[in-house]
Amino acid sequence: MQMKSLKMTLSALALSATCGAAVAADSLTITSWGGAYQTSQDEAYYKPYTAKTGTKIVQEEYNGEAARIRAMVESGNTTWDAVDVDAATAQQGCDEGFLTPIDYSKFGGEAAFVKGSTFECGIPTIIYSTIYAYDADKIKDGPTTIAGLFDTKKWPGKRSLQKTPFGNLEFALMADGVPADKVYETLKTKEGVDRAFKKLDTIKKDIVWWEAGAQPPQLLASGEVVMATAWNGRIFNANKVDKKNFKIVWDGQLMDYDLWSIPKGVKDLDAVYKFIEFASSPEAQAAQTKYISYGPALLAATPLVSPDILKDLPTAPANAKTALANDPVFWGDNKEELLKRFNTWIAQ
Amino acid sequence: MAVAALPGEAGPDVDRTSLKTKLRRAERVNRARSFSLVAPLLLFVLAVFALPIGLMLVRAVENTEVRETMPRTIAALDGWDGQATPGEDVFAAFADELVQTQKDRTTALVGKRINYEVPGARSRFLKAGRLVDAGGGGPWREKFLAADPEWGSVEFWAIMKRAGATFTPYYLLTSLDLRQDAQGAVGRNFADQSIFVDIFFRTIWISLLVTLATLVLGYPVAHLLAILPPRHANVLMILVLLPFTTSILVRTTAWIVLLQSNGVLNDILLALNLTTERVQLIFNRFGTVLAMTHIQLPFTILPIYSVMKSIPPSHLRAARSLGAGPLTAFVSVYMPQTLPGVGAGCLLTFILSLGYYITPALVGGPQDQMVSYFVALYTNREMNWGQASALGAILLLITLALYALFNRLVGIDKVKLG
Repeated sequence: MQMKSLKMTLSALALSATCGAAVAADSLTITSWGGAYQTSQDEAYYKPYTAKTGTKIVQEEYNGEAARIRAMVESGNTTWDAVDVDAATAQQGCDEGFLTPIDYSKFGGEAAFVKGSTFECGIPTIIYSTIYAYDADKIKDGPTTIAGLFDTKKWPGKRSLQKTPFGNLEFALMADGVPADKVYETLKTKEGVDRAFKKLDTIKKDIVWWEAGAQPPQLLASGEVVMATAWNGRIFNANKVDKKNFKIVWDGQLMDYDLWSIPKGVKDLDAVYKFIEFASSPEAQAAQTKYISYGPALLAATPLVSPDILKDLPTAPANAKTALANDPVFWGDNKEELLKRFNTWIAQ
Repeated sequence: MAVAALPGEAGPDVDRTSLKTKLRRAERVNRARSFSLVAPLLLFVLAVFALPIGLMLVRAVENTEVRETMPRTIAALDGWDGQATPGEDVFAAFADELVQTQKDRTTALVGKRINYEVPGARSRFLKAGRLVDAGGGGPWREKFLAADPEWGSVEFWAIMKRAGATFTPYYLLTSLDLRQDAQGAVGRNFADQSIFVDIFFRTIWISLLVTLATLVLGYPVAHLLAILPPRHANVLMILVLLPFTTSILVRTTAWIVLLQSNGVLNDILLALNLTTERVQLIFNRFGTVLAMTHIQLPFTILPIYSVMKSIPPSHLRAARSLGAGPLTAFVSVYMPQTLPGVGAGCLLTFILSLGYYITPALVGGPQDQMVSYFVALYTNREMNWGQASALGAILLLITLALYALFNRLVGIDKVKLG
């Protein structure tokens, strides 16, 4: 009961904060994934945009819960003007009607972006990747392949994985010997899913689950786990800002897009588009790579990225040799079942 | 009033009646006045407590998704005998309504509802939506069957028909690890989806452990508080109450700092050579019960303390003077008198523990998550509010049942908070 009232107070405070913001003229509320990634957006997009136009940006954080967007839209009070979503949510938001279809003519058409990254209800902003990393100060002879994540004999200790089937099933299959281009084909069969869960079973007791993107670098730094899956930019940032010596294993990395989406029912659609147009300019996209190692989704931005950053991007040729590209259609179709099974499995 | 209006009545009688009326009126005004003082709280409780719980209970059985978006398909299914694949009339109505749901972007939502009971239905609905969008007209039965033979499944249409009912037992059954097959018979749910009964037992078990731990740790503290001279008792009382001044999140996070593998406690254990390697103290049952016990301690201590405070010290002295040893006097004279406080403290802690969410989420592992975690999961992540409500409703029922049991065994009138 105490928790509930605490939560209610918190959400009431948050609500009044956002309401207050919505009333104030010339402000936009933008929701993203927090931590180092949101900081990079603040530096590359929000601050310059406010400086240029005077429009205040109110920042909100979430962990990718599509339900929060849907609940807001259904209640008829859309307070988030733009949300940074992953590809699966962009697909789901369109299917279930809580995101606005995008007018790509404002962005130079779909051809201006990396092929396959454009969605009906989302404009791609970055290419990120889910990788796993370890602390090179603690492990000298570290793993180099995705199989190392599951090898508790050679590298004993806890591992941290994201609390979602997304990514973990792919990693499990690749570690079990399925080549990257056969992963989704395998996952489409019941036997394939069984195989992935069986592989995950082998390390289940060694897993510490994470939910927020800022957790894996912390868990690695505290020594709570010996290796952790993470979004590559968070590891890059821990190395750059906190002077850590984390090493990324690029083998079997899972590439995906983050997209700007607009919830249905925003007050001023034009103002939101104006912001996204600014954030989708080559200069702003290239500027973001100074703060976090995510690849720009806008083709025109790539030539502007400094060469010493290029090698840390998921798309760098040396990193992308065995990369697997996320299949949003697969996840759009199968998310429900896999989430259900995953959540049952994890609680058992 | 009617009596007063009668003609020819004796004077005193009329007066008495009007006096009664006046008195009643005065009382009514008084009652109204005192009620108006209570009214804000009553309205508040109704609005933020009774109403949401009522809505939650409705949501646990509500079944609007299919009924509202596909009424004609459901009507067409009324005439279906359930023996073989339905005829063209059902498919035509279905295709017709899919056109509309495609326009409203609700196809996925209907699909999602059916998906709970028929795995894979959501993507099949989306594909059907695209098929209808392509146009071309009927006959739809052949077209659907050609696209995916699963559309011919009798079981699917039986579940579709059932999903059109006003209320559904689906969520409540699932919360109890039961399922209804196509014929409507209730049986056990599939093994890879049955978790909830375990989780309810886990919730009760963790709550019991926490209650017991707070009692064992808190009883001596309460006793000390009651017998110390006020000067010392006040300091001790502040220590007991101090945790209330810190946010629950801060307290829980502090436990993470203390208990983690490279945390303070492990460092001490290693330095003292009590262990040779670091012990897992967090993200498991131990950490969960420990952190919850810490948070719940004051809730158990305070009712016990206030009851102990009201026990006259002369009782113990009398027992001793009649020849009882210190232990006998304490156990047979003092302890029975503290039971109402023990009952109140334990009941309070137990019921509060049943609803814990943040603490197990932060310091527990996946096997330590309690019912509230799954309510949050279904609300925030899976967007399955029916399931979340059903879990909440059953937790509420369990709480009420345990309360009733407690009342039967101990008697709630014997419980004292002070």
